[in-house]
Amino acid sequence: MTIKRQSKPKLAVWKFASCDGCQLSLLDCEDELLAIAGIVDVANFLEASREVLKGPYDLSLVEGSITTPHNAERIHHVRRVSKVLVTIGACATSGGIQALRNFAAVGDWVPLVYATPSVIETLKTSTPISNHVPVDFELPGCPIDKGQLLEVVNAFLHRRKPLLPSHSVCVECKIRGLVCVTVAKGIPCLGPVTQTGCGAICPAYHRGCYGCFGPVKGANTEALGTVARRLGASHPDLVRAFRSFNAAADSFRRASESHEKSED
Amino acid sequence: MKNQKTRTIKVDALARVEGEGGLTVKVRNGAVTDVELRIYEPPRFFEALLRGRQYAEAPDFTSRICGICPVAYQMSAVHAIERAFGIEIPAGLRELRRLLYCGECIESHVLHVTMLHAPDFLGYESGLHMAKDHPAEVTRGLQLKKVGNQLVTAIGGREIHPVSVKVGGFYRVPTRQELRPVEERLKWAREAALETVRWVSRFEFPNFDRDYEFVALRHPGEYPFNEGRLVSGSGLDVDAAEYERHFVEEHVPRSNALHSSMKDGGSYMVGPLARYSLNFDRLSPVAQEAAREAGLGPVCRDPFRSIIVRAVETLYAVDEALRIIANYEPPDEPAVPVVPRAGTGCAITEAPRGILYHYYRLDDDGLILDVKIVPPTSQNQKAIEEDLGSFVQKHLDLEDQALTWRCEQAIRNYDPCISCATHFLRLTVERG
Repeated sequence: MTIKRQSKPKLAVWKFASCDGCQLSLLDCEDELLAIAGIVDVANFLEASREVLKGPYDLSLVEGSITTPHNAERIHHVRRVSKVLVTIGACATSGGIQALRNFAAVGDWVPLVYATPSVIETLKTSTPISNHVPVDFELPGCPIDKGQLLEVVNAFLHRRKPLLPSHSVCVECKIRGLVCVTVAKGIPCLGPVTQTGCGAICPAYHRGCYGCFGPVKGANTEALGTVARRLGASHPDLVRAFRSFNAAADSFRRASESHEKSED
Repeated sequence: MKNQKTRTIKVDALARVEGEGGLTVKVRNGAVTDVELRIYEPPRFFEALLRGRQYAEAPDFTSRICGICPVAYQMSAVHAIERAFGIEIPAGLRELRRLLYCGECIESHVLHVTMLHAPDFLGYESGLHMAKDHPAEVTRGLQLKKVGNQLVTAIGGREIHPVSVKVGGFYRVPTRQELRPVEERLKWAREAALETVRWVSRFEFPNFDRDYEFVALRHPGEYPFNEGRLVSGSGLDVDAAEYERHFVEEHVPRSNALHSSMKDGGSYMVGPLARYSLNFDRLSPVAQEAAREAGLGPVCRDPFRSIIVRAVETLYAVDEALRIIANYEPPDEPAVPVVPRAGTGCAITEAPRGILYHYYRLDDDGLILDVKIVPPTSQNQKAIEEDLGSFVQKHLDLEDQALTWRCEQAIRNYDPCISCATHFLRLTVERG
């Protein structure tokens, strides 16, 4: 009788419109990378390897947003060959900084960058992966935190839910015992409306949070706007504050649109 | 061989580069007739989306162009805007920016040397495959890369898209105490970097060279990161403000990254080979000696040996970081006051992959009216295509599979950052 050797789970990493920083986070796990490669088959990760093993893949990490007709098709292929699909980073989970095009006429933009605009194929919007296919888990951040990435990979390999905090950056500051930049220095800060995960780096570096992990669940953007205006922020300042790396995330989008309609 | 027969070598997506893309080489009757480096990664329109934004947002926004070299984008952005506003940065803050750049240089170069490029020389699909037979070298590389990341984190808060850089200086500067742990690791890293130079110098090289027009910064007293005049091998010596008078960008349909060339239409090369060959005399003695021991002269025209040059530059960055930390006194203020004024400013800094040009036009409130960014990889596109044409021509005797892999390696000689340049690479070699 032969015992069938259990094959290792297959990991795939996919890229759409992005800066590569989130998939780089995996290569930045310098202490863990070789151990990870020992327990999974890195089956399709072009940034790291020219070897591509056939799917289906047990876990697919998807970086980047959908901005071209070709990629709007390709994501369906990725979904079909993936048992579990996890999106990593602000681009994949909310459309990223390139979703600023959603608030402008992108047709006006192409000639600003390219001399022969007719050959540039692009969609009018940048959209998150979940607008196109079902997603099993979304890991936010611009960039993602590599500790959180390891937890997600570990959780899915062991078929459990990832254990990640769901509180705001503001709460993170209290946990770390950081002095509040808004209260102590009058610096406007998106901490109260932003999902934690970064570890409250910006307040620790004496600046206001700028929202790179996107909105926390139940974010009270209106109250935040009121406080920021009391500190001297104008409506256009607040439009910009909510309209950056997670501009198309629902609550940030609504907040920026509301400040856009308001007059100082 | 039959005439007119088309032999096609094809790779759908080039691996071990940042971003994705493709390439076609056509050979007819024993002659390379066509080389196309196609970059089809989706455009993200940074130059457009920066319009109407506040000057203070530029370093955070432009860092998102590239997750591998965010510091380079932050540096070119703040220097350009500071020039527009007429701000002088005091020596202490300037040194700290240089230290931050050292961290990025180490992290980016070691990633490429160990995980992306070395596997080509030793015949592995990836650094992970290579680790099974060369565990010590890969582990050393990963730990060395980690030191670069630790340095960026110590100053910038995190390794990817650090948060501390601002126009005028930093939001916060580290204490001496905070730099101590990374200083300890840097002492280990000096030896590890030296070992890495020796390791890669023993690789086999295909002996390929071309007469490149090198373009890099040159500073009176330093190996260039943040500052210097723009110089070339053929005698160009200008301020960054004159960049656009000497270099042009052109949109070619096969690439979503604009192609750069000299005004006369000629190609040029930026990056480690150019920087090294134009600044060998500015390297520290330990880096110069390591280069000589590795068989490099003061000028290197073999793009395959760029892996040795990257290792030498890594050693230099470690050495330079140790020097800066040893003399470090936290500046009294983390930043100088910034008063916006209408005007224009541009700057060039040396990203790991070569010169990175930023230009900004701003109004009286510091709102951005116009931006131009020229990343290193878009400047190298022509040189990459010329390398491929020349390399394939000289190695038509190789089997398809071997030639394809060598072509990929020839592209990886440039550590191309397609995300920066805007995009994807597809590799196809057709020949008849």
